[in-house]
Amino acid sequence: MQQNIETTEKPELVIETRNLNIFYNDFRAVSNVNMSVKRHRITAIIGPSGCGKTTLLRSFNRMNELVPGSHAEGEVIFDGQNLYDPMVDPVEVRYRIGMVFQIANPFPKSIYENIAWGARIHGYRGRMDGLVESCLRQAALWDEVKDKLNQSGLALSGGQQQRLCIARALAVQPEVILMDEPASALDPIATLKIEELIQELKKNYTIVIVTHNMQQAARVSDYTAMMMLSDAQRAGTVIEYNETNIIFTRPQDKRTEDYVTGRFG
Amino acid sequence: MKFSTPGSTQESELKAGLSDYNLDILSRKRAGLIWRLIFQASTIVGIIALMILILNIINSAYGYTALKAKVDPDTLAVEGVPLEEQNHGQLVAVLQSHISGPAYKKLDNEKPFSERSEADVRALVIARVVRLQVEKTWNLWDSLSKSGEINTEVARDYPDAELRFTSWLNSDFINRPQTSEPVTAGIRTAIYGSLWTILFTVLVAFPIGVGAAIYLEEYATDTWINRLIQTNINNLAGVPSIVYGILGLAIFVRALEPLTSGQIFGIVDPTTANGRTVLSAGLTLGILVLPLIIINAQEAIRAVPVSLRRASYGIGATKWQTTWSHVLPNSIPGILTGTILAISRAIGETAPLVVVGASTAISFDPASPFSKFTTLPIQIYQWTSRPQDEFRALAAAAILVLLMLLLTLNAAAILLRNRYSGRF
Repeated sequence: MQQNIETTEKPELVIETRNLNIFYNDFRAVSNVNMSVKRHRITAIIGPSGCGKTTLLRSFNRMNELVPGSHAEGEVIFDGQNLYDPMVDPVEVRYRIGMVFQIANPFPKSIYENIAWGARIHGYRGRMDGLVESCLRQAALWDEVKDKLNQSGLALSGGQQQRLCIARALAVQPEVILMDEPASALDPIATLKIEELIQELKKNYTIVIVTHNMQQAARVSDYTAMMMLSDAQRAGTVIEYNETNIIFTRPQDKRTEDYVTGRFG
Repeated sequence: MKFSTPGSTQESELKAGLSDYNLDILSRKRAGLIWRLIFQASTIVGIIALMILILNIINSAYGYTALKAKVDPDTLAVEGVPLEEQNHGQLVAVLQSHISGPAYKKLDNEKPFSERSEADVRALVIARVVRLQVEKTWNLWDSLSKSGEINTEVARDYPDAELRFTSWLNSDFINRPQTSEPVTAGIRTAIYGSLWTILFTVLVAFPIGVGAAIYLEEYATDTWINRLIQTNINNLAGVPSIVYGILGLAIFVRALEPLTSGQIFGIVDPTTANGRTVLSAGLTLGILVLPLIIINAQEAIRAVPVSLRRASYGIGATKWQTTWSHVLPNSIPGILTGTILAISRAIGETAPLVVVGASTAISFDPASPFSKFTTLPIQIYQWTSRPQDEFRALAAAAILVLLMLLLTLNAAAILLRNRYSGRF
């Protein structure tokens, strides 16, 4: 089912998984995933609840290691290096591959400090004010918060908080940003802003986004991976991966077609 | 109000009809009301019990006292100068002429008269020469309700005595050192002893407790040995305090005597050379409250939302950066609350200090970690075990002081906590 179209594509590969399996203790949550993420493109991961989308996303920057008992088999190649090689430090992985979470989780600090902290812990020696402004501008939040940088990040609205979290991720200059349903808790207007922002960020960053919302995937992404529980193993796997317009117009797999047209189940 | 999707016959068969429900909202609310009343009653019983306790203490700490002087102060005037106006030399002379030679020598040995202040010597004269003695005491309730009867009783039974309304809790009581006479007894030594002990308790228990909590919550993996440690800490929090006293006696007083008596620091003081010092008591109480602080700090650290840690790890923070910048600042209010509870427990502990060897009669303030000491609970315990009523009044006054000390320390800690938790 895996489409090996990436070799013929121009964009450079950033992340590539090879026979990736992720386990929580003995339970296999994600099985045998082979997919790739292309530079300066938006890759969406869609699929029904509980099929392992978030687990797969977190495996791209080793965040799933924070869950006790989880481990991965197979390879995630990033920049020519297997992220799961024992020599690789997860701290450096997460520095280069940032993350935005489903529910906005700003630090209970000031807006300024939310962005500056990440840069500071990585030894940033440039002008902090400039960095904070640039990150907030990139996250389309500067105009709304420039007069209250010393206020708590928690005082912002839900949509603003989520953009603050995106700005925070930008502050350490990651190459890839992983987004786990970043707009699922937001109203349509705030969602639209986030989507516009994601489109804007694509120029400088590579983005992987997990979403429940198929319209969102169709609107924002360049590539789409369709995940589903495989019948044989009851573990989530990528059943189809292709350019987004192909997934939504001419899917190869019957299950993908049922899902994206809303006829699933 | 149809929630079922149309067209599914199976579903409509499974769906319950309205007659299957007994929407008796009134009786559900009534059941809730009964429970509410029960909980209210529990609260009221608790408050009444506390009120009775406090009223009982206040009742004992104030009231009429019949006092009789052994030597009339007027007869102590030297060359027409009354006792209140005599200078240092005259006071010492009065003292010397009215007490026995050995007693005078003993006082001079404790602290030479030349070094004592005038007020100090006058207090000694009043304590040792005038020797006001309590003939009888009445509690506050009797004093207020039966003052006429008390007056006639004193006039009849104690013709030499003076009837005074006494507040046993007064500034002299707090400022004076301990003596064997109820009228001149004070609790300054005990207050200082308690403060010194608590200082060392906190110095020992807070850093070790918080450090252990951080290790157990953030670093320890789920192995059988860590589970064993955790279980043991939980159990240690429930061990009777007397057991810690025996531990403290064996380890700090006996085994570590050179350390706790200050010998290895070159301090040689025959009165403190046996290890029964402030330091031993502080260490013992520190071990006693350590499990409490660990458990409370662990709870506080565990309450830091996982999303916050993820946010921190998500931008590449190390474990220590996450712990230091996010976990600790967000758990410090909880950690301080746990420490307040621990201090409250330590300040009221009596049994382990009896075992460790707090002095029961001591008239000098502790001046260093290697001093002999007594604490407020020890003092209270000692006074309540005396048969005379007046000592019970003293104990009640000391209890009030202990409660105030406790409230002050707690208020300070709460202010500190609010300062940290109110930042964002």
